[in-house]
Amino acid sequence: MTGSMPFAMPEMMLALPEMVLLGAVSLVLMVDIFLSDRQRHWTYLLSLLSLVAVAAVTVTTAVGSPEITFSGNFVRDPMGDALKLVSYLIVGVVFLYSRPYLVERGLLRGEFFVLGLFALLGMMVLISAHHFLTVYLGLELLSLSLYAMVAFDRDSSEASEAAMKYFVLGALASGTLLYGISILYGITGSLELGEVARGVAARGVGDIPVLLGLAFIIVGVSFKLGAVPFHMWLPDVYQGAPTATTLFIGSAPKLAAFALMMRVLVEGLGDVQSAWADILTLLAVLSMVLGNLAAIAQTCIKRMLAYSTISHVGFLILGFLPGTSAGYATAMFYTVTYVLMATGAFGVVLLLSHAGKDVDALDDFKGLSRSSPFAAAIMGLLMFGMAGVPPMVGFQAKLLVIRSALDADLTWLALVAVAMSVVGAYYYLRVVKLMYFDRSDEPLEAQGAWDRRAVLAANGLIVLALGIFPAGLLALCVRVV
Amino acid sequence: MTFPILSSVVWLPIAGGVALLVLGQQRAALVRWVALLVSAATFVISLPLATGFQAGTAVMQFVERAAWIPALSADYALGVDGIAMPLIVLTAFLTPLVVLAGWKVIHDRVPEYFAAFLIMEGLMIGVFAAMDALLFYVFWEAMLIPMFLIIGIWGGPRRVYATIKFFLYTFLGSVFMLVALIYMYMQAGDWEISALHALPLDLDAQKLIFIAFLLAFAVKVPMFPVHTWLPDAHVEAPTGGSVILAAILLKLGGYGFLRFSLPIAPDASAYFADMMVVLSLIAVVYIGLVALVQRDMKKLIAYSSIAHMGFVTLGFFLMYSIRAETGGLEGALLGLQGAMVQMVSHGFISAALFLCVGVMYDRVHSREIADYGGVVHTMPKFAGFMVLFAMANAGLPATSGFVGEFMVIVASFNASVWIAGLAALTLITGAAYTLWMVKRVIYGPVGNDKVAALADLDRREFLILALLALGVLILGLWPAPLTGAMDATLDHLISLATASKL
Repeated sequence: MTGSMPFAMPEMMLALPEMVLLGAVSLVLMVDIFLSDRQRHWTYLLSLLSLVAVAAVTVTTAVGSPEITFSGNFVRDPMGDALKLVSYLIVGVVFLYSRPYLVERGLLRGEFFVLGLFALLGMMVLISAHHFLTVYLGLELLSLSLYAMVAFDRDSSEASEAAMKYFVLGALASGTLLYGISILYGITGSLELGEVARGVAARGVGDIPVLLGLAFIIVGVSFKLGAVPFHMWLPDVYQGAPTATTLFIGSAPKLAAFALMMRVLVEGLGDVQSAWADILTLLAVLSMVLGNLAAIAQTCIKRMLAYSTISHVGFLILGFLPGTSAGYATAMFYTVTYVLMATGAFGVVLLLSHAGKDVDALDDFKGLSRSSPFAAAIMGLLMFGMAGVPPMVGFQAKLLVIRSALDADLTWLALVAVAMSVVGAYYYLRVVKLMYFDRSDEPLEAQGAWDRRAVLAANGLIVLALGIFPAGLLALCVRVV
Repeated sequence: MTFPILSSVVWLPIAGGVALLVLGQQRAALVRWVALLVSAATFVISLPLATGFQAGTAVMQFVERAAWIPALSADYALGVDGIAMPLIVLTAFLTPLVVLAGWKVIHDRVPEYFAAFLIMEGLMIGVFAAMDALLFYVFWEAMLIPMFLIIGIWGGPRRVYATIKFFLYTFLGSVFMLVALIYMYMQAGDWEISALHALPLDLDAQKLIFIAFLLAFAVKVPMFPVHTWLPDAHVEAPTGGSVILAAILLKLGGYGFLRFSLPIAPDASAYFADMMVVLSLIAVVYIGLVALVQRDMKKLIAYSSIAHMGFVTLGFFLMYSIRAETGGLEGALLGLQGAMVQMVSHGFISAALFLCVGVMYDRVHSREIADYGGVVHTMPKFAGFMVLFAMANAGLPATSGFVGEFMVIVASFNASVWIAGLAALTLITGAAYTLWMVKRVIYGPVGNDKVAALADLDRREFLILALLALGVLILGLWPAPLTGAMDATLDHLISLATASKL
């Protein structure tokens, strides 16, 4: 039968983690229906159990080298496995940090965990995508779950507004991405990333249709990352969403965004690296400058962290500029460590948000070191970490991406980056100042059971420990990329 | 395997600091004793560095090495030479005194206070001992965190402004150094500082690297015109903070010039030498005059520190002026020796002066010169010490303050009579601002009721000041052991710093 492809049975085992998670989410969803509100903690425990199970499956079926299956739709490789494992961990920690917050606001419904797990499934599909359709599938599953999570507090008008914004802009970005994909499909006749790469390579860097498709794809990807000038949704969504959702959005999906860049730009469009590197350079500069400068002006902690995210995205992009696997490894190191820090920072905000009062204003942190030395110390570690001051891991991450910028012969960009990190230090220090130097008449009390405190402590200390001993994580990133 | 002295003096105080945090405020009395014990133990452990030091060689000694980040070929490598060793011992000597100085004064967050100083000590020693540039940088920057907290939590009324200014100034200075270091790492493929010394660089690269280092080190020294953070930080810092700032932290900038700027960018150093000499002379002369008009004692000593550090940078860069003038290098070693002696001596004197101000401040709660007068009548023992340290600050022979300045001035005659003449002005301005302050504070009739009610030094304060007085006098009368330990290293440094890389 010439002309038609022989049907090959896909290697199901390679996608076993995704399948197990899908089964587990369905189970959680079903069980949750039959639980009363008082028994809701079972949903939480089952969700955590699902994560453990998926992690176990991922580890036991891990691969040593990339394997492609499902007719080229799906790839299982060490990088994907590493990113997935970190994602499970982060999602689990996010659930742990979020639960008391949800309980106190009457928001503890099974859907939060189910949506969170579906979002995770979307991330996993995205991470393992080897086909533009799979990319889109994963991205939409992730995004749709997140839209719903933002609107989770139905009675909050800010949350609804944020969800609307996120949804409309997100749909626009998805559309743009699809448009770019369709152009590339028109040129190369395929959606499979390997085929696309070959087709693009045959046409070369100067080819206008390729560049057109590339431009649209970069717009879509930048939106998901939150790079300037496609960042507008980010501060509003971070601020408007329930803090638990903000924590979710601000953490694990960044890993998926990194994977998105790796799959689409590096694997699919690696041959026109010089073309997209120029665009990314611009995005990096804008993100670092605008993110850091705008963060200074914020009075709301969630908004400040949103702009801080934007600036970190700018730093992360530096790792993509040299177009070498060493560079991509630095970007991965940056992403993973940033996610750890962001999770911790929002975790502290959640720890302090209790009894109906959301920590919102930066001034709420005044005098925290007296009322809750524990929360203040953890937040301090994280702020110095985000500022990139050694011995925190933020420094090692910054060092690596600056090396990548120099590797790409962009000395001026490295100088911009370090100058902006000084600007950034100012607003991170301001948080430390509020906590340690100022006094307040009604300081916040940190509440939280031992489990949350223990994980938060570990979260803060790992930022310090990885800064002193970065060799293991760095070696891992170098190996898998 | 030999006992890892350097690792011990770096990590023992840091571990001790963490232990203090665990002990907590409830056990404040125990915290003080543990802090003293740890810092004293660190000093004792550091002594073999001085006694076992092989003078007459420039190679690193007491070397320890382990792989740290293989992917970046960065090592955990520690070692000392004749430049680093005296500064490490000085740091270890001063920290117990700082702990003692805060013994009764600090009631608020006691564990955090002493922990910050102990962690600072470990980090500062780490800076002096690091043989790997990345390790150096990590220690260098990490120091900012405890210092930021020390000034911000226990400082004076404008402490928040001062500490953020301090942090951002020094952070801005050092990030450019980071870029330079990464650039050189990419050329050399190694973070080892000695590998960077050997790295061939063209003049343009050297100039940029020199400027990047200058930003980092000039801010720390501090050199005119980036000195403005220092008076603010000093005035607002608690006594112990001022002592550490003046006695050790400023030396880090000087150390950086010797370890990085001169040997890595010798041609750029020569190129910029005139500028450096001029800036140093401005610090010596102009800042000396600024010190004269201060009303706040701490501010006066802060400006005096800047002027004295001007001698240090002058001594570093004299060799290029001498070479340009005479074609030889006669006097170059003398200038460097003088600068190093000045660094150590200033460590003693500035520490002592800040502690003296602290002694008065603890009793009267004022640093204004005008609030005092006739202190000698109520505090005779204290007055004796204060006058001694003031004389040393003014450069009186037989005190350590004389030795360094004299050597630098003599060396500068080889370069130019003008440089020597301007530098020698310090003998007038230094004496003027110091002695005038002493006159107004110590002598004359008893100024007011508060002064009349002053109690003289207790045993703790007496011990602190006596130890420092001993240091000032020994170094003033017999500097040979110190210069002897440094000579070979400085000779080697001159050969590196004057050998063109072009």
